[in-house]
Amino acid sequence: MHPIVLKNVGKTYKLDAVDIPALIDINLEIRGNCFTVISGPSGSGKTTLLNLMGCLDRPDQGEILIAGQPVKDLSDDALSDFRARNLGFIFQNFNLLPVLTAYENVEYPLLLAQVPAKVRRDRVRSLLDAVGLSDKAGHRPGQLSGGQRQRVAIARALSPEPKVVFADEPTANLDSETGSAIIALMRRIQRDHHVSFIFSSHDPKVMLQADDSMQIRDGRIISVERGAAAEGSA
Amino acid sequence: MRNLLLALRNLLRNRRRTLSTLLAIVVGTQSILLFGGYSRGIIYGTQTEFVKRSGHLQIQRKGYYLYGGGNPAAYGISDYQQIIDAVQHDPVLAPMLTVVTPTLQLGGIAGNFAAGVSRTVIGTGIDVDDQNKLQAWNDYGFPAINNGKPLSLTGTAPDAAVVGMGVARVLHLCRKLKVPDCKQEAPPDPAPPPESANAAAAPADISDLARGEPGEPAANDSAARIEVLAADTHGAPNVVSLSVVEAGNQGIKELDDVFLMMHLEEAQRLIYGRSAPQVTGIVVQLQHTGQIAPARARLRELLAASFPGQELDVLDFATINPTYGQFISFFNAIFGFIAILMGVIVLFTVSNTMNTSIVERTVEIGTLRAIGMRRRGIQMLFIYEGLVLGILGVVLGVMITLLLAAVVNHSGLSYVPPGRVDQVLYFIWLSGKQNLLFILGIAATLILLVMGSAWWPAHRAAKMEIVNALRHV
Repeated sequence: MHPIVLKNVGKTYKLDAVDIPALIDINLEIRGNCFTVISGPSGSGKTTLLNLMGCLDRPDQGEILIAGQPVKDLSDDALSDFRARNLGFIFQNFNLLPVLTAYENVEYPLLLAQVPAKVRRDRVRSLLDAVGLSDKAGHRPGQLSGGQRQRVAIARALSPEPKVVFADEPTANLDSETGSAIIALMRRIQRDHHVSFIFSSHDPKVMLQADDSMQIRDGRIISVERGAAAEGSA
Repeated sequence: MRNLLLALRNLLRNRRRTLSTLLAIVVGTQSILLFGGYSRGIIYGTQTEFVKRSGHLQIQRKGYYLYGGGNPAAYGISDYQQIIDAVQHDPVLAPMLTVVTPTLQLGGIAGNFAAGVSRTVIGTGIDVDDQNKLQAWNDYGFPAINNGKPLSLTGTAPDAAVVGMGVARVLHLCRKLKVPDCKQEAPPDPAPPPESANAAAAPADISDLARGEPGEPAANDSAARIEVLAADTHGAPNVVSLSVVEAGNQGIKELDDVFLMMHLEEAQRLIYGRSAPQVTGIVVQLQHTGQIAPARARLRELLAASFPGQELDVLDFATINPTYGQFISFFNAIFGFIAILMGVIVLFTVSNTMNTSIVERTVEIGTLRAIGMRRRGIQMLFIYEGLVLGILGVVLGVMITLLLAAVVNHSGLSYVPPGRVDQVLYFIWLSGKQNLLFILGIAATLILLVMGSAWWPAHRAAKMEIVNALRHV
């Protein structure tokens, strides 16, 4: 089963009295355990597509199935719970909670998903270890570099053991070297944790790592390139 | 607990804003509590004064309260000692009582005929021992009110009396009674009086009336003596000669100018002569003011059943002293105004702080929603911040208020209230178990108000669309 399936999905934004179509009739299947990159120029609809797949927004038309479950008609609370248990997010600006330590930031999604304390503790330690920040567990985001913050964000995205992780231009605010290191880290984690990563990115380094690559322009998918089938994908 | 910790950390992010918001809550709490304590001090202090003077309840003849002032003798209660005994031995009433005592109100003319002056007075005949017990009532534990000093009439001769300072001034008794702020009085006549001091100076008919009773105490040259003329139950004039032992400041000028207090027996001799003595009121003082309603109900029942021949009524102290109700209304109105004003200031300050905080944390709200926090979770996050702010501000406010109240109460600062002639100490009454509920009530209301102030901004934050929040710059 594909972790994400989009059928005839459309999304239109209103700017005053003018309708602006952001996505038009998108039909798409995301393969499991793949590193999928969605690329395209600014305003092409990358972020809108990522938001719809990540259940952060609802489509005006069409249907979205995540892990086989239609999500369009879920209530807001049900959708929140669904995100908490099945989806992870990595943001361009890291979006860590500044008042929480690295440990607490990684732990927070587990609290929302009501994971027992011992499981939480083990998982957070293991993830911080995986991203190489065990020694920074007690640091707040303000005490970490950009690359370290993004590594905390990766650990946070993975903490509820999601089926899919969404990353909206995760290297855009990092220097080239740090960006490469982060991409390599995500690639390693994606393989180790058998999880699907979906990126929106312009970064050639990200696109180079992609299993599947999709081009979007003016709200339409214009090309899909699939690499070698990932393990366990359909 | 985790939410409270998160709220506390978020509040510490912008310490200056949090401090200014806390300051507004502290000042609001202080203003409400300080004025509340001050007005409660006045209201309950006034109540204590009234209860000490006139008890909680008074048994009177029906109509006396409205019409008795013109002719108290016409509203006398006969067999009053039987009524007092019945009240004191009633099994329902007995546990509630502290004092049951008769009084006789009268109107008359007091004259210092040696000086050729007189004035109208309102006199009260009292049982001195009972009145001393009445004076001991201090259910609210006011520190300065009950100083344990007995009435000046205690242990005095039957013809002793106390007058107001205003009465003493008009009757030219300043020198003998050491009354301040008096006009120069004529020096005493060095020549010895032909008979007694009072009788020689008074007109012959007055002297005859005053001398009418056997066993009259000998006149004392050095004592301040007055003659009090009043109409007896038959409308005939009667006079008693009294020895004034003290001129006391009654606090209120209008009262000070007419006040006369004497022993009950002497007042009864003046009004009832050789007839059976009566009284105009039976004062009933209770252990607690809260017992008024059941005590009055039982008294009415008892009087109707046991003394049907006398049309008796039972009035409470608030009815007898209408100024008490006016005090309460006046201070409640000001207190309400101050409380609303402070509440609105706190509401807008907290609301503004929350709104600013939400604008600054819009992306954070979007992130929390993205990782699975429900709308209600976002709302509770900000309401918890309101709760932490409210608790911190109110607790600080209460502590500072109690400290300020103690400073004011020990400062000795005083003022002359409207309608009074004596200095009254500033007193902020916030101590004791009686005020615990008041302070807790105000504190809880303010904390709820602060949480309420956070509710609308929090609701707005929770309603944000995730994608819009994440896009916020």
